[in-house]
Amino acid sequence: MAWVNAIIQGILTGGLYALFACGLSLMFGVMKVVNLAHGDLATVAGYIGIGIIAATHMPFLWSVPIVVLAMAVVGYVLQRTLIQAALRRGELTTLIVTFGLSMVIENGLLQFFSANNRGLGVGDNIVTASFSIGSQIQVAWLDVIIFVLAIVVLLGLQYYMSSTKYGRLIRAVADDREAAQLCGADYRHVFGVAAAIAFGTVALAGMAYGMTTVISPTTGTDTILLFAFAAVVIGGLGSLWGTLIGGIILGVAQQIGAQLNISYELLAGYIVFLAVLVIRPQGLTTRRSQS
Amino acid sequence: MSEAVNDTRPGGAGPLLEVRGLVVHHGQLRALSGISLQVFPGEVYAIIGANGAGKSTLLRTIAGLHSPTAGSIVYDGRDVTGLRPEKRAGAGIAMVPEGRRLFPSLTLEENLKVGATYARKGPWTIERVYDMFPWMKDRRTQRTAQMSGGEQQSVAIGRALVANPRVLLLDELSLGLAPVIVQRIYGMLPQILESGVTVLLVEQDVSQALRVATRLQCLLEGRTTLEGKPSDVTTDQVEAAYFGLAGPAAEGTLHAGPAEGSEA
Repeated sequence: MAWVNAIIQGILTGGLYALFACGLSLMFGVMKVVNLAHGDLATVAGYIGIGIIAATHMPFLWSVPIVVLAMAVVGYVLQRTLIQAALRRGELTTLIVTFGLSMVIENGLLQFFSANNRGLGVGDNIVTASFSIGSQIQVAWLDVIIFVLAIVVLLGLQYYMSSTKYGRLIRAVADDREAAQLCGADYRHVFGVAAAIAFGTVALAGMAYGMTTVISPTTGTDTILLFAFAAVVIGGLGSLWGTLIGGIILGVAQQIGAQLNISYELLAGYIVFLAVLVIRPQGLTTRRSQS
Repeated sequence: MSEAVNDTRPGGAGPLLEVRGLVVHHGQLRALSGISLQVFPGEVYAIIGANGAGKSTLLRTIAGLHSPTAGSIVYDGRDVTGLRPEKRAGAGIAMVPEGRRLFPSLTLEENLKVGATYARKGPWTIERVYDMFPWMKDRRTQRTAQMSGGEQQSVAIGRALVANPRVLLLDELSLGLAPVIVQRIYGMLPQILESGVTVLLVEQDVSQALRVATRLQCLLEGRTTLEGKPSDVTTDQVEAAYFGLAGPAAEGTLHAGPAEGSEA
């Protein structure tokens, strides 16, 4: 029964990982930017949420769309300025620039919020509410809600990419920037829209993470970025549903590892990550030709 | 070398597209050295020349994909030299790029929809493209990567047309296609012209260019070596301009298709 429990918990955690990873995957898939500040953006979103709630005493649920929207705007602006400027100098430059961005964010957060752990005050009933399957498996409602949220976000993204004008343009620009320009599309604007979506999803992930546990200024790089990377690599770079598969595999591996020995949790996740890199470096859902 | 001819304009209207003294560098390499041309409404203006003559560079510069070192591009009486390519597309300059450059992860219809996203008002719609190429309708949900070269070229033309351009730039339509397919694709040209589109095309296949063009210019190593109407130029003149021979070749016939060893 304990193993079933580990698998269920792992799958649910995978939803959160997918939420972290889909923005990372999108930015890589569209503009070939590996955003090393991706995890810190989630932390920033969490802190903005904490700040807004503390300042205005608004209900938590109201703060979510505000934070997501604010981060989407930040994403658009950062893409059009900093990241675009880095892209013009080559794809490697974006690594350095986003790494620098990550440093700036972490130290800025340390300055303003101190190194203490903070949680989003959501109220105990949502965080602790759970239901039982059988006598031994306890499932937290919050984990279920976040998992469902991840599915909804991925479905929404899939719809957006496949059926809307901008989704089509994003795919066209990802395929061939120059040809898209010849069709009248300003690829920098399209990049901005893609970045706005990526930042919006990671903001949502950061808020979700802040509900389940506490965040500190370094959580973004220590935990979130690494898990997001692992999920993206396992699932396949640039693949939307691959991030969910990757997230679930990572989550299940961690929970099974923890079941063996609590100190094996992270180790088990990274062993799977390395195994995928060795056996199927293009990821589980991507064909080699696309990588 | 024949003199650049400034011949009479059809209809007496001003040029729709004018290139003045265009100089373009690729890094250190000078790709175009002072090219000038005027394209009048309703024309089919052909640029011919061997590989590396600068034909594609000229077309890409007109579309805005390269920035000239000197010279200017005037479209519809407006200097567009500094305009970004997407703005030129929006103003009515569409291009079918060399090698088609379709979006491989998009379906046929999505490719056309992207072309129509920033379309001007005009006669061309996706439906009308389907009327011109009836086979497309049944295969609109297919990815274009599996299609034949001729089919891909047709999609690329359709994608440019649905933007309702006033000037259509065609870069090497015949590249990599069987002669019968090339014939069929050029067979669509009258329909395109009828809709009021002016065409500036680049073609390595000289006989094809001579057949469709109202006027033509031959480039050699970034310079104009011949300019005129197809009826006014002789085969010898074209050959001399194409290969850069000092005088007309003694016993030359006009070469159709890419000529080997013409890089000189």
